[in-house]
Amino acid sequence: MLGALIIVFREVIEAGLIIGIVMAATRGVFGRGRWVSIGVIAGVLGAGVVAGFAGAISDAFQGSGQELFNASVLSIAVVMLMWHNAWMARHGREIAAEMRQVGAAVSEGAKPLTALAVVVGLAVLREGSEVVLFLYGIAASGTSGSALLVGGLLGIAAGAAFTALTYFGLLAIPTRYIFSVTSWLIALLAAGMAAQAVQFLNNGGVMVVLDRTMWDTSWMLSEGSIFGRLLHTLIGYTERPTELQLVVYVGTLVAMYVLMRIARHQPRERFAAAE
Amino acid sequence: MRSILVLAGLAAFLALAPATVRAQELTLTIKDHKFTPSEIKVPANKRVILTVVNDDATPEEFDSKALKVEKVVAGKSKGIVRIGPLKPGRYPFVGEYHESTAKGAVIAE
Repeated sequence: MLGALIIVFREVIEAGLIIGIVMAATRGVFGRGRWVSIGVIAGVLGAGVVAGFAGAISDAFQGSGQELFNASVLSIAVVMLMWHNAWMARHGREIAAEMRQVGAAVSEGAKPLTALAVVVGLAVLREGSEVVLFLYGIAASGTSGSALLVGGLLGIAAGAAFTALTYFGLLAIPTRYIFSVTSWLIALLAAGMAAQAVQFLNNGGVMVVLDRTMWDTSWMLSEGSIFGRLLHTLIGYTERPTELQLVVYVGTLVAMYVLMRIARHQPRERFAAAE
Repeated sequence: MRSILVLAGLAAFLALAPATVRAQELTLTIKDHKFTPSEIKVPANKRVILTVVNDDATPEEFDSKALKVEKVVAGKSKGIVRIGPLKPGRYPFVGEYHESTAKGAVIAE
């Protein structure tokens, strides 16, 4: 039972971290609870579908279907996170000011909540499909299955508790700093995802370039440990990064920074019209 | 958006890079949540293609941080895992859904 709990928990916390950060990043934005819920529900449904078609996805594109699928999912999430940060760079200060004045969630105008709902949905989809496959395997193997299933469900509950912890932990940050902190967290999240995406492309045999390992820090922190996994999700910690991963990681951070600078100085009308 | 440009640039670089030498192919079989062979030798500094055959009815995830691979293989099916180039050494892997029995290592030499 404990084994199942741990396996499920460590898949769930990866999605949980992302949800916690997204919730904190949209603090004070009207309607965010609904959008995040839609993201989670769509993600869970999608996870079931992906798990059901795991064989077919894997066989697609000469056996590289799964890698291409994961790389696509991660790339979409990176673009959505960039969009969110650009938008926040433009409007974050106003929202923070409103929150200080009214002390409640009051904000008008279109918000990039769809972008974050997509990010949440994709995170749940990716990690969730592995949980579904694992639980399906337990259910299918019969004997001692129920204890393992209970372990799995407890793992999901523990993951949800962890999400809440992340969220309330971030809320402890003073209002005037919260958007800069969450913007940085989201930038690092996106950089890590981009680096992960190119590794999937490499594994799929699609982008086989700059694939030499730069260094190995597995002796210091194993990527498989809980803390290693948390850092992997949070900042893209990789024990053996390739040259390409490093280039893409730094490139994403730079791109994010430039985009946020541009958004900050963009006339308001143009940006609002783009939505 | 900028990352797409970076990716496009890298893709162009890839297209111009000399064609890679044909990778070596090897097979690993999962049966009763165990890998056979449990240790597999591969040439160092070369790309290698592992075909992971899952003879069990339940899905398994071939997982190795050392090899930088996470690959779900559905029950009664097979999956292709591309690894390398590896420096000489031992690279452990596990079946994540049955970690107590499903374990092995790739030995690059």
